[in-house]
Amino acid sequence: MLMMGAVGLAIARIRDLFAVSMLSGIFSLIGAAAYVVLDAVDVAFTEAAVGAGISTVLMLGTLALTTRKEKLGGGKSKSTTAFLVVAVTGAVLVYGTFDMPRYGDKIAAIHHHVVPRYIEKSGEEVGMPNIVTSVLASYRSFDTLGEVFVIFTAATGVLAILGRARRRREDEEADEGGSDTKGAAS
Amino acid sequence: MQGLVDIFKPLYDLWLSFEAFMVGPASPGLLGYWIVIALMMTGFYIVIAHDNLVKKIVGLNVFQVSVFLFYILMAKVTGGTAPILAEGITQYSNPLPHVLILTAIVVGVATTALGLALVVRIRNAYDTIEDDEILAVEEEEDR
Amino acid sequence: MMHRKVVLRVVSKFLIPPILLFALYVQFHGDFGPGGGFQAGVIFGSGFILYAILFGVETVKRVLPPWSTRLLLVVGVLTYGLTGVAGLILGGNYLDYNVLAHDPLHGQHYGILIVELGVGITVAASMITIFNVFAGQSGGD
Repeated sequence: MLMMGAVGLAIARIRDLFAVSMLSGIFSLIGAAAYVVLDAVDVAFTEAAVGAGISTVLMLGTLALTTRKEKLGGGKSKSTTAFLVVAVTGAVLVYGTFDMPRYGDKIAAIHHHVVPRYIEKSGEEVGMPNIVTSVLASYRSFDTLGEVFVIFTAATGVLAILGRARRRREDEEADEGGSDTKGAAS
Repeated sequence: MQGLVDIFKPLYDLWLSFEAFMVGPASPGLLGYWIVIALMMTGFYIVIAHDNLVKKIVGLNVFQVSVFLFYILMAKVTGGTAPILAEGITQYSNPLPHVLILTAIVVGVATTALGLALVVRIRNAYDTIEDDEILAVEEEEDR
Repeated sequence: MMHRKVVLRVVSKFLIPPILLFALYVQFHGDFGPGGGFQAGVIFGSGFILYAILFGVETVKRVLPPWSTRLLLVVGVLTYGLTGVAGLILGGNYLDYNVLAHDPLHGQHYGILIVELGVGITVAASMITIFNVFAGQSGGD
């Protein structure tokens, strides 16, 4: 996790966007390792596949379409203000953690509402060894349905934003070509 | 196979000592949350202090991962194992945050893709992905 | 582009079939070990994306034309939704799998399997669609 902190700082400092997107992949991979040691194997699996794989590819795709270098400069006063805001927010959040249950606490509130039932009964009621799968697809399938719709909407949105844009530009070019020939004819 | 496991032994020992320090009497047991907050604030700083839109999205990603880590930290139970039912294990980590974060990661990449698509569109329309330059172009057009 | 990167091209040709197979394994083994529709979809999608990066988007579009990924996107969501409706028709609540088979346990098994399949199809199709749109942009310029 300290390594994650180091990579995060590097992302904040480096201005070459290519290196930044590579670093964000590394960041996700270290995060996946952290999930494994924290017993969240399913989550680690997803993070390794998604964060280190797909999102890096998407970032690189965007960089190929835009620029590779971040512009230099950007005002000293702005970064000072930003740092102040961030420091204050962080201090408030750290103050908030003093009421949090300790790390690995068995009697913390979140372990006592519905979770005991998932752990004790899901073997009999759903019949699957992997509790995460049975909660995901059976007990909380409405949630998952919603998430699937979000992914669907995001894909449709990307199609709507980029798929249409390209066609319109081609249309404009065709129009310009058409008007040019018309102008030449008249 | 065992040799492969042995390679990672020192790393895992490092983690175990870190964990022992985190739950030990010397610390208040909140160190993990503080690291998460530091990460979160790094992401926040990237989002507000940088003008480049791609950099802003990377910052949002850093923020996102730190929130995920926060949930997973809360789910950990001392002495628990991964929530896959097996013989002879009575203590499992909390599976509920795992479910929430699992879906959130995939949704996160989908929304990141949407954001990047918007960046590409902005670049097509304004020829720049720097926040202040876009504002300058806008003012130019208003005049 | 096609003549360079011989090592990458050969190695990826070896790697892509295992990647797709592994995705299917993750998809259908998610009940027992770590895995499930979300991960399987992402891995399946990344297999195609790897192929597209190395051999060009057009090659992938010959195998999976854009309309087919868009169709799969809808099919995945509908698989999920209609499983819920099937439970409704058979006399349960929406997304209640107990009524899908004579034995509630089997019903749960079928329900989860079908729903995870729907999730996997949606995720894989959306990843491929998103990548194709991004890559198609640079091809258009």
